Amino acid sequence: MALLQISEPGQAPDPHQRRIAVGIDLGTTNSLVAAVRHGVAECLPDEQGRILLPSAVHYPEAGSRRIGHEALAAQAHDAAHAVASFKRLMGRRRADVAGVDKLPYELVDQPGMVAVATRAGLKSPVELSAEILATLRQRAEDSFDSELHGAVITVPAYFDDAQRQATKDAAELAGLNVLRLISEPTAAAVAYGLDHGSEGLYAVYDLGGGTFDISLLRLTKGVFEVVATGGDAALGGDDIDHAVADWALAQADVDATTLNPQDRRSALIAARATKEALSDAATTEWRATVAGRDLRVAVGRAQLDAVATPLVERTLLAVRKVLRDAKVAADEVQGVVMVGGSTRMPLVRERVSALFGRPVLTDVNPDEVVAIGAAIQANALAGNAKDGELLLLDVIALSLGLETMGGLVERVIERNSTIPVAKAQDFTTFKDGQTAMAIHVVQGERELVADCRSLARFELRGIPPMAAGAARIRVTFQVDADGLLNVSARELGSGVEASVAVKPSYGLADEQIAQMLKDGFAHAEGDMAARKLREARVEAERMLLATRAALAADGALIDAAERQAIEALLQATESTARGDDADAIDAAVKALAEGTEGFAAARMNEGIRRALAGRSLDQI
Amino acid sequence: MNLSDDDFTLFGLPPRQRLDRAALDARRRELQAATHPDRFAAEGAAAQRIAMQWSVRVNEAWQRLKDPLSRASYLCEQRGVPINAENNTAMPRTFLMQQMGWREALDDAADAAAVQALDDTVAAEERAMHAQLVALLDEQGDTAAAAALVRALMFVTRFREALSQRLERLLSA
Repeated sequence: MALLQISEPGQAPDPHQRRIAVGIDLGTTNSLVAAVRHGVAECLPDEQGRILLPSAVHYPEAGSRRIGHEALAAQAHDAAHAVASFKRLMGRRRADVAGVDKLPYELVDQPGMVAVATRAGLKSPVELSAEILATLRQRAEDSFDSELHGAVITVPAYFDDAQRQATKDAAELAGLNVLRLISEPTAAAVAYGLDHGSEGLYAVYDLGGGTFDISLLRLTKGVFEVVATGGDAALGGDDIDHAVADWALAQADVDATTLNPQDRRSALIAARATKEALSDAATTEWRATVAGRDLRVAVGRAQLDAVATPLVERTLLAVRKVLRDAKVAADEVQGVVMVGGSTRMPLVRERVSALFGRPVLTDVNPDEVVAIGAAIQANALAGNAKDGELLLLDVIALSLGLETMGGLVERVIERNSTIPVAKAQDFTTFKDGQTAMAIHVVQGERELVADCRSLARFELRGIPPMAAGAARIRVTFQVDADGLLNVSARELGSGVEASVAVKPSYGLADEQIAQMLKDGFAHAEGDMAARKLREARVEAERMLLATRAALAADGALIDAAERQAIEALLQATESTARGDDADAIDAAVKALAEGTEGFAAARMNEGIRRALAGRSLDQI
Repeated sequence: MNLSDDDFTLFGLPPRQRLDRAALDARRRELQAATHPDRFAAEGAAAQRIAMQWSVRVNEAWQRLKDPLSRASYLCEQRGVPINAENNTAMPRTFLMQQMGWREALDDAADAAAVQALDDTVAAEERAMHAQLVALLDEQGDTAAAAALVRALMFVTRFREALSQRLERLLSA
């Protein structure tokens, strides 16, 4: 009797078949998806040939939504329910959002993260971002007529742990396997560096719709290393739009604070058009219909520059700080890469060129460069690139620490530390017989806990009762290559593993995400159980392929007994994956991972030996 | 090559204070190319976990070796004389007087130019102390004296950070 062969659509049984991986630029204003096709990275267009997907979602009525260009168009007549620039809300509470009263839509605080009040209910920025990601995923799958292996998603270098975690949650909702989160400036450098093949020190000045990033990178033989990074997560082209709108309204003798959301949005749309027009023309007209009146204000470049200068100056402060952090002079930078639509402004180009003492580099399309870089990295991570020439060594942008007595911060990992990184800090009890300890993890550069971002609160319980000061509790911080933090705590002296309960101070708990999926988040395919099973099988398939390939390449490193044990685990995983029990499949995959650790360690040692072959200890 | 190897062995460098920075950086690139988790993205959970451990170790060793002060501390520790700064707080009187003088100068500094001038003086002293560290560790083999000098340098480095923060505030105002 023939056994049924179970294979997922698009899942290649042949390990040599290319895996489709994409790069996604999830921007404040626009989002893009790109992929490497026939060896070239290119942005993928929609059916109408448009590459940019406006990061906007509109709820015309409860139960329906529009995404992208249609949503953007809806801003003109239904601003309160057409949400844009929600990237600024990721991982944030209402109090954190700058200019909250000027926004055309209403924000409401929810436990952990702010939400937007729409006629379709409260929408978290995570859900809104997931709509964009799911749309781009669909676009990619249609382009390739195949399922995606995974995606690299870009985030501003200055995004903290809460914002990054929110981005990953959005990807999970959209059904995307995140291969890596990389910072936007690094992605731009990858696209640019490989385009021009030039080694040396580069600055990436990234002024997008909502965020400003400045990064210094060194390129050497295909290794991109971030030397220092800085910026402002709440400063971007949108702020210039707001400033221009305020100025124009004042010129027209209109009190900006009296406007309804619709009129506010009209003023902003006109301001953006004015700003863009003045990149090429010397004068233009700001035109908006506000409070029933047709307003017109003449605007020249001089006026725009005057309005925008304070904001541009703020970016230059951040640039100077990063140069100091890196202990590098402005003239040591060989090239300045401009990224983001707002860098088209002549004022921005002039001021940045002046600071670095050389004309900025503008030949790469500032809208596409980040997605292109992400696609190149995604291609490499999927195992498609030959011999891995590309390596990104990134840093953590913000320091991580713990709360100590008096509401002060004890820094454990300094900003600009290369990731992945791990550091441990030892603590002790302050009362006799103390059996639990509260640990508060924060992120930021300030001295006081109150001025930093709260990431998580720990409770380490089950400490054996001892005299005060006798216990030794080791708290370990580990930041992975995505810039995400894992904290663990252990009581050393007694050798007793104590249990740890982590309560995230922000963001969505697993149950909340599960709830969103159940409530029929728009792009959730089929029901949750089917999806869980599918994902478990895909993961099992990956693990099986990877392990078999490893045995084929390096089987000689282990003895027959170990090999047999691994083969048994492979068989178990394979047969479990044919069944319907997602939890059993996950358990089998976990057992396989644990059972191959020894083999993986041996392969690593062999890999290092091979990489360093030819070098001797005495060679200096 | 072992995860438990010391930093110098890991980087194939002689265990001394004088360091070829270019060699350190080149070796780090090679090690990261062999161990970074991204290299193992398609290889499954076990390989990723091992890669993470190695990559963290490589970064830790690189971070420690590239800074002259942390490198010297590490060397003293390796040679049996840990720095133990919290328990060894006694300093020579002349040194303490110099520190107090600098602090007063910082308090009195009226503008960025004055702070910069003070920073230049302190930086020169810091360089001289580092040169002396090399002599003590690499030529004279006097680890105890080197450890004492490391403790003194920790004061000086902290003071330079205070100078840098003051300059930062004055320049961003």
